[in-house]
Amino acid sequence: MSDDPIRVVLAKLGFDGHDRGIKVVARILRDAGMEVIYLGLRQSYANVVNAVEQEDADAVGLSMHNASHLTLAPKMVEALAAADLDVPVIVGGIIPDEDVQPLADKGVAAILGPGASAEEVAAAVRSAVAQRAG
Amino acid sequence: MTEPSNAEAKDQWQAAYDASRVGDGPFETMSGVPVDAVYGDAPFPGQYPYTRGLYAAGYRSKPWTMRMFAGFGTAEDTNARFKEILRNGGGGLSTAFDMPTLMGRDSDHEWSLGEVGHCGVAIDTLADMEDLFADIDLGSVSTSMTINGPAAMIMAMYVAVGEKTGVERAALAGTIQNDILKEYQAQKEYIFPPRPSMRIITDMMKFTSAEMPKWHSISISGYHIREAGSTAAQELAFTLSNGFAYVEAALAAGLDIDDFAPRLSFFFNSHSDFFEEIGKFRAARRIWARWMKERYGATSERSMRMKFHTQTAGVSLTAQQPEINIARVAIQALAGALGGTQSLHTDSYDEAMALPTEDAARIALRTQQIVAHETGVTNVVDPLGGAPYVEWMTDEMERQAEAIFEHLLEIGDGSILEGAYVGIENGYYVGEIADAAYRFEREVNAGRRIIVGVNEFTEGDDGKRNLLRIGPEVEEYQLKRLADVKQRRDDDAVRTVLDRLATEAADPEINLMPTIIDAVKTFATEGEIVASLEGVFGGYVERVVL
Repeated sequence: MSDDPIRVVLAKLGFDGHDRGIKVVARILRDAGMEVIYLGLRQSYANVVNAVEQEDADAVGLSMHNASHLTLAPKMVEALAAADLDVPVIVGGIIPDEDVQPLADKGVAAILGPGASAEEVAAAVRSAVAQRAG
Repeated sequence: MTEPSNAEAKDQWQAAYDASRVGDGPFETMSGVPVDAVYGDAPFPGQYPYTRGLYAAGYRSKPWTMRMFAGFGTAEDTNARFKEILRNGGGGLSTAFDMPTLMGRDSDHEWSLGEVGHCGVAIDTLADMEDLFADIDLGSVSTSMTINGPAAMIMAMYVAVGEKTGVERAALAGTIQNDILKEYQAQKEYIFPPRPSMRIITDMMKFTSAEMPKWHSISISGYHIREAGSTAAQELAFTLSNGFAYVEAALAAGLDIDDFAPRLSFFFNSHSDFFEEIGKFRAARRIWARWMKERYGATSERSMRMKFHTQTAGVSLTAQQPEINIARVAIQALAGALGGTQSLHTDSYDEAMALPTEDAARIALRTQQIVAHETGVTNVVDPLGGAPYVEWMTDEMERQAEAIFEHLLEIGDGSILEGAYVGIENGYYVGEIADAAYRFEREVNAGRRIIVGVNEFTEGDDGKRNLLRIGPEVEEYQLKRLADVKQRRDDDAVRTVLDRLATEAADPEINLMPTIIDAVKTFATEGEIVASLEGVFGGYVERVVL
């Protein structure tokens, strides 16, 4: 793995406007030495795929607070795979415990709930990226 | 005009108290000690600038309303719930809409998948609104509707349902949130850019002032600003300055302040820092009264009296050891009561993870009933008034808010309304809120702030959760319903009225409400009406601020 900083694309999909968490996460990752590209609210899968390609990103972080994670997160994984982009998708937000395994089964690399510390957030991204690179 | 002496003010207060319709009491402590309605010095409750409360007798004459917000599934599901509320003696209905409806999109929009009926009821056309209020006499209930971006379409549907059931619009009572400024600042459920949105709101204020005297066309909300991460003083300042902005817009549209100001109402958060919250509520009333009187020239006391609803802080609820949230909600509810709120919603302990279960919602209601009926805090009006710390905190909240008003006046060239536009466009509000949120998270992360169950005292979580789940049936039902309505309606009539709406939207002199009402009557969908206006006004994409 190179010494270049990890590049992470962060986005909110669909209608969900809760952006307090993702903005905090953006600053946490930046403080941890990563390069963060925050796309903003109401992004489509295609927008995220384009950003990953153009920014040569190492990971995608999604924030979900509307109980639509079981629908949206797997579709994001599929959209990246369809574009031949091998980058991990990490989901943060309100994810009930029983949804963690189903999301993992559909290819979501890591899930961060409320209360995850800054260190845990950065470590989860590093580890997800390292696994892909390895 | 000279200030009345303390004794004169007390006499005036006594006269107002005696004229109030006071409840039965007994106004004594649990141990039988009789207590007065008020203690301390002037100005007394009910006296300008209302720091100590709007009414002389406080909760002795008007207990706060326990208004619990709810909504789920199809219009028929919610209609059944409404009827149950009315059967149990409630006169007020409060409607939560689902995400697609709040965003002005139909249930068959590609992004609606997985969201239909989830966090409220799905409304696509007038047919859904008719189902929602079926067999309910709109002339005898008061309806609160929490919606902003497409508020005009939803209000138009309500008016149309009234007409179809023989209730004139003048007889309709209720409130529509319709506070678009805070959407750009915090909640992010906007559709059009700020200026056209403000034009629609001004049209609605004019329309309701002229034709719907019992309707509250706006509820100015700080709740979402605080949830997004602001400090207490920012919540106070942004909310009140948004209120000033609506006042300036209405004045510019030629409305008389004492005609519309009494029908403005507010909505605040109650968070966990007890005295800061109480100071915030007290400062809010004082600032509003002063600005309305001194800056905007209100002469009616009703224009100067700030009425507000309070909800406990959803963002303070923890997913860890969720049952301890009951204690947080109780403390926040008590702060709302001591701050003199007119109505209160208490959150359910399981809301950090999902919509509340019925059991959790019942506990939340019981929590405020305990505050109201067991603690004795309702016996005395503004019981903390005069306490040095409380008065200092009230002054401090006001001081911080005034500093923010100055900034807005500066960037707005002497206008709060222009300052609000500039602050939205240049990322001032979202930047300030994100900074405050990040500062708080850093403090929690570093252990300088303790959140029980999260970064301290973490043992004892059994991991068991009983969460509410919404099944896929609602979405399937709603999609079929929408397809049926589209099949049955006269498409030519829909196209004609939407074309007319687009033409009128291009002329700022025309009030859009009458044509929006005509449009909903043709069963044009909410999304179609929004799209027709979007063609003229454009959409809105916020500048990304980190």
